[in-house]
Amino acid sequence: MATVVTTPRTEEDVLIEQLGYDDHFHDHHDGDKFRSNFLTTYVFSQDHKIIAKQFLITGMFWAVIGGLMSLIFRLQLGFPEESMAWLKPVLGKWIEINPDSGMGSLSPEFYYALVTMHGTIIVFFVLTAGLSGTFSNLLIPLQVGARDMASPLLNMMSYWFFFLAGLVMFASLFLSTGPFAGGWTAYPPLSALPQASSGSGAGMTLWLVSLVFFVVSVLLGGINYITTVLNLRTKGMTMWRLPLTIWAFFITAIIGLLSFPVLASAFFLVMFDRGLGTSFFLNEIYIGGQALDHVGGSPVLYQHLFWFLGHPEVYIIILPAMGIVSEVLSVHSRKPIFGYKAMVFSILAIAFLSFIVWAHHMFMSGVNPFISNFFVIFTLIIAVPSAVKVFNWIATMYGGNVRFTAASMFAIGFVSMFISGGLTGIFLGNSAIDIQLHDTYFVVAHFHIVMGVAAFFGMFAGVYHWFPKMYGRFMNETLGKVHFWGTIIGAYAIFWPMHYTGLAGVPRRYYRFDTFQTFSHFDELNKFITIAAIVTFAFQLLLVINFFYSIWKGKKVTVQNPWGATTLEWTTPIRPGHGNWPGKIPAVQRWAYDYGKDGKEFIPQIQPLAEGEADGGDH
Amino acid sequence: MIETTVNNPVYTRNRIHPKKFALLVACASMVMMFAGLTSAYLVRQAAGNWLEFTLPNLFYYSTAVIVSSSLALHGSYLLFRRGNAVGYKSLMVLAMVLALTFIVLQYQGWLALAAGGVELTTNPSGSFVYVISGLHAAHVLGGIAAIGVALLHAFLLPFRPTERRKLRFELTLIFWHFVDLLWIYLFIFLAGQ
Repeated sequence: MATVVTTPRTEEDVLIEQLGYDDHFHDHHDGDKFRSNFLTTYVFSQDHKIIAKQFLITGMFWAVIGGLMSLIFRLQLGFPEESMAWLKPVLGKWIEINPDSGMGSLSPEFYYALVTMHGTIIVFFVLTAGLSGTFSNLLIPLQVGARDMASPLLNMMSYWFFFLAGLVMFASLFLSTGPFAGGWTAYPPLSALPQASSGSGAGMTLWLVSLVFFVVSVLLGGINYITTVLNLRTKGMTMWRLPLTIWAFFITAIIGLLSFPVLASAFFLVMFDRGLGTSFFLNEIYIGGQALDHVGGSPVLYQHLFWFLGHPEVYIIILPAMGIVSEVLSVHSRKPIFGYKAMVFSILAIAFLSFIVWAHHMFMSGVNPFISNFFVIFTLIIAVPSAVKVFNWIATMYGGNVRFTAASMFAIGFVSMFISGGLTGIFLGNSAIDIQLHDTYFVVAHFHIVMGVAAFFGMFAGVYHWFPKMYGRFMNETLGKVHFWGTIIGAYAIFWPMHYTGLAGVPRRYYRFDTFQTFSHFDELNKFITIAAIVTFAFQLLLVINFFYSIWKGKKVTVQNPWGATTLEWTTPIRPGHGNWPGKIPAVQRWAYDYGKDGKEFIPQIQPLAEGEADGGDH
Repeated sequence: MIETTVNNPVYTRNRIHPKKFALLVACASMVMMFAGLTSAYLVRQAAGNWLEFTLPNLFYYSTAVIVSSSLALHGSYLLFRRGNAVGYKSLMVLAMVLALTFIVLQYQGWLALAAGGVELTTNPSGSFVYVISGLHAAHVLGGIAAIGVALLHAFLLPFRPTERRKLRFELTLIFWHFVDLLWIYLFIFLAGQ
């Protein structure tokens, strides 16, 4: 029951036919039963390509929500004297109207809730699920040469647990006591004592439930990614022939699988403290005129458990972006990636180090300064593999025939952001300097640039690059380039000034600064940052418009391999059906980065090695 | 679709079946969860204000019971492969009975702990025992559900040791051995403190 090949037979099709592996996939007449109707094709789909789109579009929804939240609290920080009464129809009672002056002000509780939700949503729902969920699902089977994931059912469940997590979190936004407001890290006692603040009650309960669902989603996805990469690679696809995207997703899944369960443990203990009166994280507390029964708990213990996930989590966010950028830069520079093996080893090194640096988030939490030294050393060592990667990206572009497409521009922008944000990490990794910089806007600037904006850039590069594979149409390049320039200039305009305010000691998470004489001279700067944030957000709408417009109206892809890339996903039909390849599975003959070799512009991975030709980067 | 991916000849050339591998990866993540809890135990213990007590004997009995259950299920698997239908079914029933006994004994163990004055909220040292053994028991319940399905297969389907059913059995067995080994680790950890 082979799907009819609609495209003219290309050289690739012939190669697959001659050398490919016949797995008799299309002989199974039950093969397509799972996409028999609308519901199983588009909603409860088990096809990895549809699941990838589900992750992406859900991620985009959350990105808009998370972004809008940041605009509201930026308005508060930039224009604390302006009335926010116009937001009353949306935010309701969280805008408090002064009966005398008619001035509407954002309720401080809700300000904290916005900050908390912004962090939670962007870190978990957008940059974890939306980034690694989308591209791991789309690219792992396509690039390793598999029909689908190892377990499409678990894969579908992974998406629906994510959806459920989102639903619960979304519901928490509408609670009369507000969503959780104790920061995305959910430190006790704010998270463990329901009476600690208004968001600590039902808001925190829903937050915990949502994130437990989310952990389940990540684990189900990760199990699948790892198994697919290790067990379902096509004939000839050795580990050293994998594109760097796959290496990155693979290692990301391993990190997630080892760190998220620990977060789940921490959450279980918080639940016991909240509901059953244990004292894991709560010590002697007097609150609301009452001394509580809790004795001897350790809030720092929670911080250890949280950051044991929390630090690997930032690499869970950035590694997929790095993989995407490596691939996009190589394809659009028409050059092999520089130092392929060094790239793989640096991913492995970063992954390993990510597990032994967590306490650098806790230098100011009262951990022993001598223990801090240990974490300082390992934190600074991360600069080495990171620098290797940056060097290799630049060397890949150097002397290349760079095509400035929206995808490659975002990939270059990623490198710029990663350097700018990475350098400030070297400051913050020192426990002595951290005494001054801890919990200031310097930290906010650092992590937004290095893992927020940079990861978004990686995601954008991936969306522009693989959109033709997802929908069989191109996105509008001009809009893409406008989006790029607006975003990179805007993002620097938002976060660059924060380094200065941070160095001057301006603390993060404060509700307003104009009332402090020490910080009031930053009023104009805060206005500037807020305006930059609004403008940058507006530029993101270009992406949303471009994305949805192009799904239906974009320029049609007419050739199988529009970017001239070597990897397997471009040997599938323009709109691949279920099972990805209509006939045999392609067999891989060479590594993934043969560009500009032996006088040829590029050589696909399915092209056999010529006589006497060496495989891999070693010519 | 699972059929088409998993029973596909291209994948069976791998030495380990993808589903088995996926289960082992999942076990690794569960190990991390309990590793997180036991490290939290050690960190909290080092901070002082820590009640020392000995575990009730019931936990020793339950350990013996879950080990025997694991052995019984393994025996059942070996007989299944040899084609001994009666032996396979009866050992599987035995494994199930022992599994349920384990849960009952754990519950009795918690009651004995509480009766000895170590209640859930008395001191973190006791709270950890309840949480760790409780979370382990939740995983055991998952294993019991898997054995339950295996029992339905054993008694409702005609006896036929096909590759598919062998794989199903192996997955159940791996998980059951896993929760057994996990408990041995947790028991030695908790009893040795």
